[in-house]
Amino acid sequence: MAKQHITFTLNGREVDALVEARELLVHTIRESLGETGTHIGCETSHCGVCTVDLNGQSVKACTLLSVQANGGDVMTVEGLADAEGLHAVQSAFIEDHGLQCGYCTPGMVVRAYRLLQENPNPSDDEIRWGMSGNLCRCTGYQNIVKAVHTAAAKLQQA
Amino acid sequence: MAASAEDIQSQTTQQRADELQGIGCSRKRKEDPRFVQGKGNYVDDIKLPGMLFADMVRSPYAHARIKGINKEKALALPGVHAVLTAEDLKPLNLHWMPTLAGDVQAVLADEKVHFQYQEVAVVVADDRYIAAAAIDLVEVEYEPLPVLVDAHRAMDEDAPVLREDLAGKTQGAHSERIHDNHIFRWEAGDKEPTDRAFDQAEVTVKQSMYYPRVHPSPLETCGCVASFDKVNEHLTVYITSQAPHVVRTVVSMLSGIPESKVRIVSPDIGGGFGNKVGVYPGYVNSIVASIVLGRPVKWVEDRMEHLSTTAFARDYHMTGELAADKDGRIKALRVDVLADHGAFDACADPSKFPAGLFHICTGSYDVPTAYVKVDGVYTNKAPGGVAYRCSFRVTEAVYVIERMMDVLAQKLGIDKAEIRRRNFIRREQFPYQTALGWEVDSGDYHTALDKVLEAVDYEGLRREQAEKREQGELMGIGLVTFTEIVGAGPTRTCDILGVGMFDSAEIRVHPTGSVIARMGTITQGQGHQTTYAQIIASELGLPSDQIQIEEGDTDTAPYGLGTYGSRSTPVGGAATAMAARKIRAKAQKIAAHLLEVSEHDLEWDVDRFKVKGVPGQEKTMKDVAWAAYNNLPEGMEPGLEAVDYYDPPNFTYPFGCYLCVVDIDRHTGQTDIRRFYALDDCGTRINPMIIEGQIHGGLNEGFAVAMGQELPFDEEGNSLGNTFMDYFIPTFVETPKWETDYTVTPSPHHPLGAKGVAESPHVGSIPCFTSAVVDAFSHLGITHMDMPHNAYRVWKQAHALGLDKRN
Repeated sequence: MAKQHITFTLNGREVDALVEARELLVHTIRESLGETGTHIGCETSHCGVCTVDLNGQSVKACTLLSVQANGGDVMTVEGLADAEGLHAVQSAFIEDHGLQCGYCTPGMVVRAYRLLQENPNPSDDEIRWGMSGNLCRCTGYQNIVKAVHTAAAKLQQA
Repeated sequence: MAASAEDIQSQTTQQRADELQGIGCSRKRKEDPRFVQGKGNYVDDIKLPGMLFADMVRSPYAHARIKGINKEKALALPGVHAVLTAEDLKPLNLHWMPTLAGDVQAVLADEKVHFQYQEVAVVVADDRYIAAAAIDLVEVEYEPLPVLVDAHRAMDEDAPVLREDLAGKTQGAHSERIHDNHIFRWEAGDKEPTDRAFDQAEVTVKQSMYYPRVHPSPLETCGCVASFDKVNEHLTVYITSQAPHVVRTVVSMLSGIPESKVRIVSPDIGGGFGNKVGVYPGYVNSIVASIVLGRPVKWVEDRMEHLSTTAFARDYHMTGELAADKDGRIKALRVDVLADHGAFDACADPSKFPAGLFHICTGSYDVPTAYVKVDGVYTNKAPGGVAYRCSFRVTEAVYVIERMMDVLAQKLGIDKAEIRRRNFIRREQFPYQTALGWEVDSGDYHTALDKVLEAVDYEGLRREQAEKREQGELMGIGLVTFTEIVGAGPTRTCDILGVGMFDSAEIRVHPTGSVIARMGTITQGQGHQTTYAQIIASELGLPSDQIQIEEGDTDTAPYGLGTYGSRSTPVGGAATAMAARKIRAKAQKIAAHLLEVSEHDLEWDVDRFKVKGVPGQEKTMKDVAWAAYNNLPEGMEPGLEAVDYYDPPNFTYPFGCYLCVVDIDRHTGQTDIRRFYALDDCGTRINPMIIEGQIHGGLNEGFAVAMGQELPFDEEGNSLGNTFMDYFIPTFVETPKWETDYTVTPSPHHPLGAKGVAESPHVGSIPCFTSAVVDAFSHLGITHMDMPHNAYRVWKQAHALGLDKRN
């Protein structure tokens, strides 16, 4: 199958890849570019473990073709921490025990990061609706809601 | 006022204890930094040089004869390396494999398919896209056969015979077989005295109920990377397994490769919940493909394959009966079960218990006599019957007894809290021998119930409900007082494939006082790296931050039976404490040598040995660790390490009291969970933060099962619930808010008094949701409603009663 040459920004660095038109973004990120933090859970856009940030929006990389990301700006969980250390969302998840098996966590923190850009001071309900595209089987969500509040408070102080 | 010397001493003792972050501390998890940064290492993250991808050709039919398989077109696709069928596995005798339940299961369909999506052929290709394309090119000719979906028809005279490999065999692994589709009959208790008690009883009640087929469905599906090194004849398998050591034994037995040359690694696991205990055809196929091709082979299921083929849970058709006096005091319990096991009996129960620990179904109650009968049957559905976040059919057992308590209460017009109180095993009766053969180690059920009723203002809720009923509104109050049985188990009764269900810990203290410890269990989100370190910290007086925990690699960890059935803390945690105590016993001798006193003159104080009555004469565990490598008593071997294989003397019996309040829209059937209050008693609490997190998660999985999950089939055996579009996984939005509480009743036989907790909230919450939903209709004569209590089904009930009419 003929391959397409695509380039995009991944966590702040320019990357390129040769992909088939049918290749899914999550596979390109995980397998060609070696960033395995983004996971695969359902392949139908329901579970959100593949959530990445594309051009300032949360998207599900398991149902997006890699060629659709051509020229775009992609951020995965690997792009959240910086030289200063963990992002406020990441440390809040640890602080409030917002994760257990860790499989949904990359998608959760990437979504929580974007939610707090969209709405810096969300209510309980706004968090629950805003995060509802991401499933978790371990935590019962309560501590994730708490963690998003904690992160919001930290970011507002900063 | 100046503090006395004694105060300073005790304060520093407390401070030193706090600094260790040992038992009782809500220590932050050591796993988390890697997970929040996307640096976990799950099976699908593993990439080996030259790795190929496997994918399965699966049957569209639930029951059909395979007339022929043509691989040619698939093999002609560039990038395809092999297509394997049962015919290819036959010469290796790998086309069938033993299950953990004494049955056999087809690795690839041998002449016949027995359920929809069964593995028919495996394709191995350069990447997952080519493999996916190639499976469509494998041509399989099927001759459809009559399909058996309804378990109640399995033993009809004219039922199609599903397992031709077993046809005519009258003896099964567990009992006589009374029909070709019969797997086993299993009984517990005393039938005659029970029947007599029913004949003589003042009151009897009987209720049939169906516990639907559901699926644990962790967010990470099952998969593996198999890598056979032809030169050294060494096999390594990275695998999503809750029991890597057992997998090693099975793989060695199947393949003939010595166990010492098989390495099984469970890396990070994205949730298990019982689904990842068994050995699946996909694993075996990947191993075979790697051996045949001499290259690493990865196989990872998609969600539809996961829901359709890897182990389901439940599917129990139960009839419960209680005999009682007119005051509601129970005289006898009788339970009859028809168990749908699908096409192969692939339960993952201890070998001697084909119905798991179902006979814990006397619950928290003093039941004088009881009898239970379970018949397992084959149907054209996927195999399984695993413990979905529970301990071997305990969920089913708790469901039937808790439902029956409500039914009895309703019949007698006694409040459901009061009828439980009248029948509880009393504090002074422990250890309590149940009529079905268990020794319940400890409990304090009255205290738990009273605490919950007070916390929620039960009387007030009942008053509110009465008012709502006057206005025609539907409000329900659910109550459950459950007892679980976890921590399998004593090796005299519990084994898997003949290996006793002990567990193990190996602890090494390095000269500088840091520690590495390895266990036979494997974490899947439970936080073992955090909590096992806390146990060692408290036992050895070394800071938990310097204690490294490793699990899951069979080359390095001691043999253990793995993590499921809440057995890590009851068994693995006990092994950890016992191994640490061996080390402390040796350390005491070394400390005595260093202080030039008898070891009997020493006392232990948090992190050090002190000479009794001589202030200042002391050696810390850190001092002793250094000495263990250079300054030992005459004749003592150097080093400071120990291993313990712990064979528990009994199971542990965590319990709890849960209360749920629901409001139901009588026009739509929509059920709003207004309140869920969960009190758990898991004995000694090692990390309260982790316990609370586990309870939240278990409650949410219970909510999922009770309110929406099911794997239905049509009459042709087509699976109707095998994607996340159809199969209910609660999101943030519909998930209720949880309130938690606890009491502490330590286990008398566990070295730490701990009992295990992760499964109680699942086991206990499910009947509580049913209890609440049924309670909303109980004043209208309804005694039971089957799960799942989704809006449609609840609306049907409201509609049948004419409640949905708009005036």
